[in-house]
Amino acid sequence: MSKKFTAIRLLCAFAIAIAISVIIILLVSEEPGTAIFNLFLGPLQSKRHFFEVFSSSVPLIFTGLALGLVFKSGNFSMISDACLYTGGVVTAALAIEVALPYGVHPIVIMIAAAVTGGIIGSIPALLKVYFHTNELVTSLMLNYVFYYLGIYTITKFLADREAGAFASRKYAETASLPVLLDRTNFHLGYLIAIGVVIVLYLLVFKTRFGYEIRVAGSNPQFAKYSGINTAKVIILTQVVAGAVAGLGGSVEQMGMYQRFNWQDSPSYAWDGVIIAILSGNNPKMVPFAAFFLAYIRVGADLMSRRSDVQNELVSIIQAVLILFVTAERFMSGWKQRREAKKALGGEV
Amino acid sequence: MEQENILEARNITKVYPGGVVANHNVNLEVRKGEIHALVGENGAGKSTLMKMLFGMLAPTEGQIFVDGKEVHFSSSSDAIAAGLGMVHQHFMQVPSMTVAENLILGAETGNTFKVDRKEAVRITNELSDKYNLKVEANEKVEDISLAMRQKLEILKALYRGAHILILDEPTAVLTPQETEELFEQLKLLRENGHTIIFISHKLNEVKALCSRMTILRDGKTMGTYDIADLDEQEISRLMVGRNVSLDIEKDEADYGKNIFSVKDLVYVDYFGKTRLDHVSFSIRQGQILGVAGIDGNGQSELVEAIVGTLRQQHGTITLKGQDISHAPVRARQEAGISHVSEDRLKYGSAPKLSLEDNTISKVYYTSQLKSHGLIDKKKVSAFTNRILKEFLVKYKSSKQAVSELSGGNVQKLIVGREFDYDADLLIMNQPTRGIDVGAIEFIRKKIVDMRSKKKAILLISADLSEILSLSDAIVVMHEGKIVGYIDDVKKTTENELGLYMLGVKEDSRERIGGAYCE
Amino acid sequence: MDVLQDILRTLSLPDFYFAMFRSATPVLLTTLGAMVASRSGTNNIALEGTMLISAFVGVAVSAFTQSALIGFLGAVFSGFVVSSILAYFVLKLNSNSVISGIALNTFASGATIFVLYLLTGEKGASTSLPSLTLPSITIPLVKDIPVIGTILSGHHILTYAGLILVVVIWYMFKYTRLGMHIRAVGESPDAAESVGISVKKVKYIALSISGILTGMAGAFLSMGYVSLFSSGMTAGRGYIALATQAIAAGNAVVGMLASLLFGFCQSMANYLQSSSIPLQFIQLMPYLIIVIAYTIYCFAMEQRKKKKQFREADKKK
Repeated sequence: MSKKFTAIRLLCAFAIAIAISVIIILLVSEEPGTAIFNLFLGPLQSKRHFFEVFSSSVPLIFTGLALGLVFKSGNFSMISDACLYTGGVVTAALAIEVALPYGVHPIVIMIAAAVTGGIIGSIPALLKVYFHTNELVTSLMLNYVFYYLGIYTITKFLADREAGAFASRKYAETASLPVLLDRTNFHLGYLIAIGVVIVLYLLVFKTRFGYEIRVAGSNPQFAKYSGINTAKVIILTQVVAGAVAGLGGSVEQMGMYQRFNWQDSPSYAWDGVIIAILSGNNPKMVPFAAFFLAYIRVGADLMSRRSDVQNELVSIIQAVLILFVTAERFMSGWKQRREAKKALGGEV
Repeated sequence: MEQENILEARNITKVYPGGVVANHNVNLEVRKGEIHALVGENGAGKSTLMKMLFGMLAPTEGQIFVDGKEVHFSSSSDAIAAGLGMVHQHFMQVPSMTVAENLILGAETGNTFKVDRKEAVRITNELSDKYNLKVEANEKVEDISLAMRQKLEILKALYRGAHILILDEPTAVLTPQETEELFEQLKLLRENGHTIIFISHKLNEVKALCSRMTILRDGKTMGTYDIADLDEQEISRLMVGRNVSLDIEKDEADYGKNIFSVKDLVYVDYFGKTRLDHVSFSIRQGQILGVAGIDGNGQSELVEAIVGTLRQQHGTITLKGQDISHAPVRARQEAGISHVSEDRLKYGSAPKLSLEDNTISKVYYTSQLKSHGLIDKKKVSAFTNRILKEFLVKYKSSKQAVSELSGGNVQKLIVGREFDYDADLLIMNQPTRGIDVGAIEFIRKKIVDMRSKKKAILLISADLSEILSLSDAIVVMHEGKIVGYIDDVKKTTENELGLYMLGVKEDSRERIGGAYCE
Repeated sequence: MDVLQDILRTLSLPDFYFAMFRSATPVLLTTLGAMVASRSGTNNIALEGTMLISAFVGVAVSAFTQSALIGFLGAVFSGFVVSSILAYFVLKLNSNSVISGIALNTFASGATIFVLYLLTGEKGASTSLPSLTLPSITIPLVKDIPVIGTILSGHHILTYAGLILVVVIWYMFKYTRLGMHIRAVGESPDAAESVGISVKKVKYIALSISGILTGMAGAFLSMGYVSLFSSGMTAGRGYIALATQAIAAGNAVVGMLASLLFGFCQSMANYLQSSSIPLQFIQLMPYLIIVIAYTIYCFAMEQRKKKKQFREADKKK
């Protein structure tokens, strides 16, 4: 009953989100047919667009995994944003300044980005454990600190003075992830992301540490009585989550960019929140949730290019989905009536 | 002469969602101007009854009368309006506000834009003087003593015009001197024409204060008596006596070595209350040591001190000759402790996680569940299913959540998990509380099995028949101290234990010292 | 050494302190909003998005009505609406307030651009909208006092409003019935309920007030010194307010000081832009200093709590 109810509720949330977007399109657009068609079916029109969905889902997979892990441990840190951004900056630095052979270069970069992400990720957790701060507040502030540090690093050491806009010099060719399919931007990063999904799945469900995360996040009291060191779990979880986000930053940079030009911090960590929620904090489901969001995004991009409706519509869909998926009492009346009916039916 | 009943509950029945019957045809008659005691053990249904009288819960059946008129309260506000006031066990106060502010909260002096604090202080002092309930009107509640907070709680009720006061175990947080003072004040209130319902399970207090008492047991009224008509033995029998006794077959005791002892365990909590007062005892292999006592007399702290979740205690804890007084929880488990905690959903399991996750909590990090360095699903399933089957847990799949099981089945899972772990000391804290008879019988049998396997067992239970039928020896705790030691269980009775538990009887130091041996 | 000189020189300029108040204003208003919500027991993470929407609505409404006042009212009303939506989900549908807040922030960042494009055909800024600004005020006598006149007079009307609201909010918590109820509901809802206060109603009112105050902050951003909305113009001020309100711990005056600390850092950053310190270091300073101040505050509170508990234990032994 409960599983079925969750599924129905999820469907209703999706239906509401779709209905709202259709209504908005009908209200504002002079060519609603084109807009709706492209939004929902655009990505299926060509091989290039379809695989663009996969490549756009790469950073979402990383942040979805990171946020899901943090949520699973019962914490609420947004530091993954800084981890991902700084991971990207580290990538830029190493891709420009260091010469290494093919194959080795990306690996070195990814390790460096992950380590950086892990270190940054640990800060709000350490502050929480030792200074009793709220990890959400500190992580939100620190995101800005690391963002500006990143901008500083790029402009001071790596900037391309010739380029008209904010951009670093070009990355060494050895430091890019190969495209796997012709005439698409489907790159190796997707497979790396899937690899990380598998690793995190194993971590969460097959290791001692993962067990401790799940128990400490689900019932800290029980964890204490089971001899689990909950402070250690909080810190290590955020280190791992930070490393995943940092790695995500480097994979995205190496897979999709030739130079660093994130003048604004990309909001992947915030998107990670919805991915984590839709996947129920289960790493296994993250690629699917990320695929869904990326699909809508690619669709929205096509819609904005081919019709008069802008792709920011996606944020609205995203917000409506989060609101209804997480509303505990959404449709609870319906559930109660069903249960009451069942109970009464049982008595007859 | 028939006196007028100011408050009357007639045939009250309360069934909670889920089918728990907390009150069954309960009757209560309180006369105007008396201090009426409502006594009964924990879980006897006192709090449920009071919540219904105060409008916080709606009775499933039955009627409530105030001043002879039937009333239907839909919230506490209605009860307040009808002249009732309640002093909750957990004070309903805002810590950062002053005493005077708390007094007027919800019924403020002054107007919308300016609460009249001066007036509030004046009223506080006036009421305080009138009823001799001394409070510091301008102190913040977080800075005052528990005794003063309680006085404030009484004043709050009086300010709102209460003439019937319900006090829910008011002395639980007080020292003996403060208790005495409270009694004087309550008597003064009675002289002023107030009626008081005094909920307690402390006999001496009831005798010192009240004129009549209503006894509740297992959600039913055992009758209302004039206190003068009953002696302590009689009250104890009515309160704790049980008719149902599940007989357990048990071999003659065959003790092995003395493997576990605690010596001079002392614990003072943050509020300065002594929770454990020089507790010493030993347990031998193959022995069940029962700890009797009314809830909240130090049993929980004793267990926490032994399993390692309480770290600020003094004294020595020894297991198999190893001093584990300062070892962390995990180390103590590995040294040989298993523990069934008193609250299975709060401390004993993670209800949202699967049966598997909850069953492996003691061994998840060991190699027995792993292959190639990873936790092996099949091994986990096999391990879980083996334990669940062995302990007759009724379940659909080992992957379902613990919250989907009934209380008895959750408890069997926990007992299975703890008994499967090869421990030398088993701590059973309220092992059969709130579960069905079948599960009770099963778990008790398992405990006896473990005794035959030469485990040392510490059994804490508020259920005297359980203590009596299982234990080889018994210590009784009262206010953090061991007040009684019974080395031959056959020679004692529930009534005798009841007297210890209620603080009426206390053994000599020498005799209690017998519970501990080197 | 140059840097130190630059800083000292900046500190000697009255204009610097004027700018401090100016930079502090939106954070101050939002801090007050966050404080009211937080004291009622709800963490309002949606402030960032609320402010953004209000900033946008202010510009749009003032451009179409050609009335700064109606634009301002529109901004404030939209703040109220956003917080009502949050209240509906949190209080009625039992949603997690943080996650709902994040959702509303996501909504705000997208929806403002979406509508901006509908109105102007641009996504970056509302340059083509003829929106209006709210006035600044010179205080008659004060303006003639040297130094102090420069610092205190000639501010934007909402800066003065913010300072007055500090007193109003302080007064509300200290003296009014509503303030007492908000405190009671946030601190011990059971106690409030037991004396007949409706917890949900009070929380709803508190969230509404926080939305209105944040709406004013949004109006300041887009109708204060500039008559322009640009995408993402709140730049994390809503999050800063969460930190400053945590430092303030429910005291409006401390909240004002914390906001002024932010204003101080921010305007220092503006003044030092031409100095030898790298620009980004200057930009990150406000955030870093706030996080350090917050951490120190939390640590101190924890120590105080511990000390108190030990003192209690000692007293009774």
